[in-house]
Order: sequence, then C-alpha cells, then structure tokens
Amino acid sequence: MSTIQAARRCTPLNAAHRALGARMVEFAGWDMPLHYGSQVEEHHRVRRDAGMFDVSHMLAVDVHGAAARNFLRGLLANDVAKLARPGAALYSCMLREDGGVLDDLIVYDLGREGFRLVVNAGTADRDVAWIESRRAAHGSGISLAPRRDLAIIAVQGPRAREKTWAAHPPLRAATEGLAPFHAVEAGGIFVSRTGYTGEDGFELMLSVAQAAESWQALAAQGVAPAGLGARDTLRLEAGMCLYGHDLDETVTPLESSLAWTVARAGGRDFIGARALEARPAARQLTGLVLLERGVMRDHQKVRCGAGMGEITSGGYSPTLDRSIALARLPRAVPTGETVEVEVRDNWLRARTVKPPFVRHGKILIQI
Amino acid sequence: MTTPANLKYTRSHEWVRSEADGTVAVGITFHAQEQLGDIVFIQAPEAGRKVKQGEECAVIESVKAAADIYAPVSGEVIAANPEVADSPERVNRDPYAAWLFRLRPSQPAELAGLLDAAAYAKLAESEKR
Repeated sequence: MSTIQAARRCTPLNAAHRALGARMVEFAGWDMPLHYGSQVEEHHRVRRDAGMFDVSHMLAVDVHGAAARNFLRGLLANDVAKLARPGAALYSCMLREDGGVLDDLIVYDLGREGFRLVVNAGTADRDVAWIESRRAAHGSGISLAPRRDLAIIAVQGPRAREKTWAAHPPLRAATEGLAPFHAVEAGGIFVSRTGYTGEDGFELMLSVAQAAESWQALAAQGVAPAGLGARDTLRLEAGMCLYGHDLDETVTPLESSLAWTVARAGGRDFIGARALEARPAARQLTGLVLLERGVMRDHQKVRCGAGMGEITSGGYSPTLDRSIALARLPRAVPTGETVEVEVRDNWLRARTVKPPFVRHGKILIQI
Repeated sequence: MTTPANLKYTRSHEWVRSEADGTVAVGITFHAQEQLGDIVFIQAPEAGRKVKQGEECAVIESVKAAADIYAPVSGEVIAANPEVADSPERVNRDPYAAWLFRLRPSQPAELAGLLDAAAYAKLAESEKR
C-alpha cells in the first residue's frame, strides 16, 4: 500500500520563490523557502543591509466588537489594556488553564473596537478553534475573522525601512514617524514596525493580489530574499523564542524567560493565571555560547552545577561565527557559569549568557 | 557538471580521487553539500590515524545538521586539508576541489568496488525524489 502525501499549502509568493531557485521545504504543512542559495549570506544581508521573508503562512485573526477588549484581557497572558492607542502592538502568550503555552503571538489594536492577532502557522488551526470556543463561552458582542486573504512580507535590516519606502513611495509619509511596535494602515497595506530578527524593519500585511508585485518592487530596490533558515538563525541571535522548540504546552511563560509578558497586576483573571500562581518555575530559558568548536543542536543535554538541562534551540550563529543556543536550565544556574553540553558523545564547554546575543548588528554578549 | 567522471564515489556521498603518488583524496559530493546547506565546521581525522573502509572518520557540521564522513577505503590518514578547516564554505563553493583528507590505501583493491560517476549520479538522483 502506498502512502498518499497531503499536498503542501502554498503562499501567494510560491511561484516567486521557485523562480528564484529557492530550496523549498515543508514547514507546518506549507511549502516554504529554506534558502535561495546560502542561508548564511542571507543572514548577513539582513544584519548589514535589508532582507525580506515571506511569512504568509502565519495567520492574522481579527477580533471585533464591543466586548473584544474584555474578551482578549481574559484570553491572553499579557494585558491588551496596555494598548494605549490604535496602532499599538503587544507580544503575548496564549495559555491553557494549566498555564501551558498554546501559542505566542502579537496583538495589534486596530481601533474602533477591533484587534488583530498574528499567530504561528503550525498552531493556527488549533488557535482559531480555541479562540472560537472561548468566544462562545464569553457570550455575544465579538466577531472572529481569520484572514487567509492576507499575505505577509517581513522586510528587515538597517536599511529595510528606506528600501521599503523606495519600493512603495506612498508609504513613506504614513510610516516615517511610526514608532517601534506600532502599526498603521496605509495605501491598502497594514504596516507594522515589528519583526523577528533583532533588526529594524517592517512587516507588511497586504492582499494576496498585491503580494507578488510588492515582492518584486522590494527586490528591485536590492532587498535580498531570505528563507526560513536565515529567519531561524536571526531570531536565535536575537534571543527570541520559537514556538514548538523553546515554547510549547508543557511549559509556562515563567519557565521561558517570558515573565515580562505576563501582566499579573490588578488581579486580572486571564486563562492560566491561577495555574501560574500555583506552579513555581524551577527552570528558566538561558542563552549558551559554545566555547569549543562544534555546533549545539536541539534536545542536547546540558550539565550544570545545579543539575541537568536541555537545549531548546541550538545552532550556528553567523554573526558570532560560533555555536549559540537557548537552553532550559535549573533556575539557580547563574549567568557566566561554564556548563557542559553533550554534542555527539562529547561533553563540550559552554557559558551561560543573557540573551539577546545580537541586536541591531551588534554583538551584545561577552565571549 | 555535478558528478566528475574521473572520480570514484561511495553510497554515503564521499568522492575519491586517485593521485599519482598512490594516495587518495576524499571529499563530499555536490549532492551531499547541497543537502547539508551552508557548512560551518569540519572535524577532520588526524594524520597517522589508521582507518577501515566504512569507518566514521570526520564530521561535517552545517547550519542544518551534523553529518558523519566515512572512510571510502581502508588506509592511513596522510593529511587533513587546512584550507577547508579554516574556510568550511569552500566545500559548498567547490566540493570537488575542497578535499577533506588524504589516505594511503592499505587495500587498493577496495577502490575497484566504489561507484563510478554514472552509478553515483543515478543514486543521487533517486535520493532527490
């Protein structure tokens, strides 16, 4: 009997990736570019100039209604009451009742009782079902709209904004004054000054019909197409969590160096709040820099003075030209401690550091 | 051309070049480096080490994964290539020039059992599908 492979889902830019000779891989059911030749070169382009990523596999979910704000205050571990004005954005985890992380996401205040959540591709269907079930329990006055009609292009790097303006001149006036972690709708494009690389830049949410034209216009300005490979090494250097690796349902935000995203002031009762109170975090996500030659990988064991831990994201840092990792270690392990990582049957020395490793092109850790 | 006709190949994606002095140079194929992606670190065997055919003797780490390199024939390691140790990306750029190490075969008859270019090209093609 032969197995039938499910067809991969394609973003509106799939043909553009293939025309560029991208190496395509399956990611969360989607056919996505891993790289267009060299992921290390793409990484450097983003750190030094500007690169663009097709992240249309991620899902925008719009939540509207008079009760939307209150609903999201109960749904998310961070507090949307912090969103002081339309356009402001907030990073948050969405938790189960037991405090486990269902997803990490960004929520935008759209104004007029509207919000936009941008969730991970691999969890999108489950997220929508979860939010829908909670909405039903919350009562009337809230509408939910998954926006598969939107494509998302992330333009990142020190020259990302000026190259975006060169590609889309009408955006300049509307976004020149846009502060980090804010968004604005301009010329039919929802532009946010956010990203997943540790560099400045924009994420452009636009209609499927606009996507290919925008991608070509950015390419014409010298914005380098970059794939999921570079996206992963850039976010790792920036010390940002990747859902399914550093975060999942088995851990809480408090065990993931994300206590800063859990708004516990005022006794707000969000889903998972009581479990977080009852579940002290014995572990913490920490950065590691390998002091020897080799490459740390996911799930390798870490031996520390205070006990054992595990690498949650390990890899090669093109900016540092050495291996770095995020690891879940006993909370008592201090920054600057030398630990040992089991790399292919050898215990190699690594040092604990406080992420980010790299931000805005600069190395921020001591080796 | 991604499979030079003057080389021999293994099923584990090493290439082998017989030199005039009776030694062999060993590297990894175009197909192998393409599967691995950017190569960032190479751990080559030390000169003087005696290896058996099929024995793990080097490690290549790429951005994606670690890969073992196996001795294509039995023999003694004569040298590791210092240029690829310093610049592992050479293996991506020119895999058939970037040899990893040289061996002096102790069982030269093993060379005859390796794949020729046509057989290896067929193997690499079948793995792509």
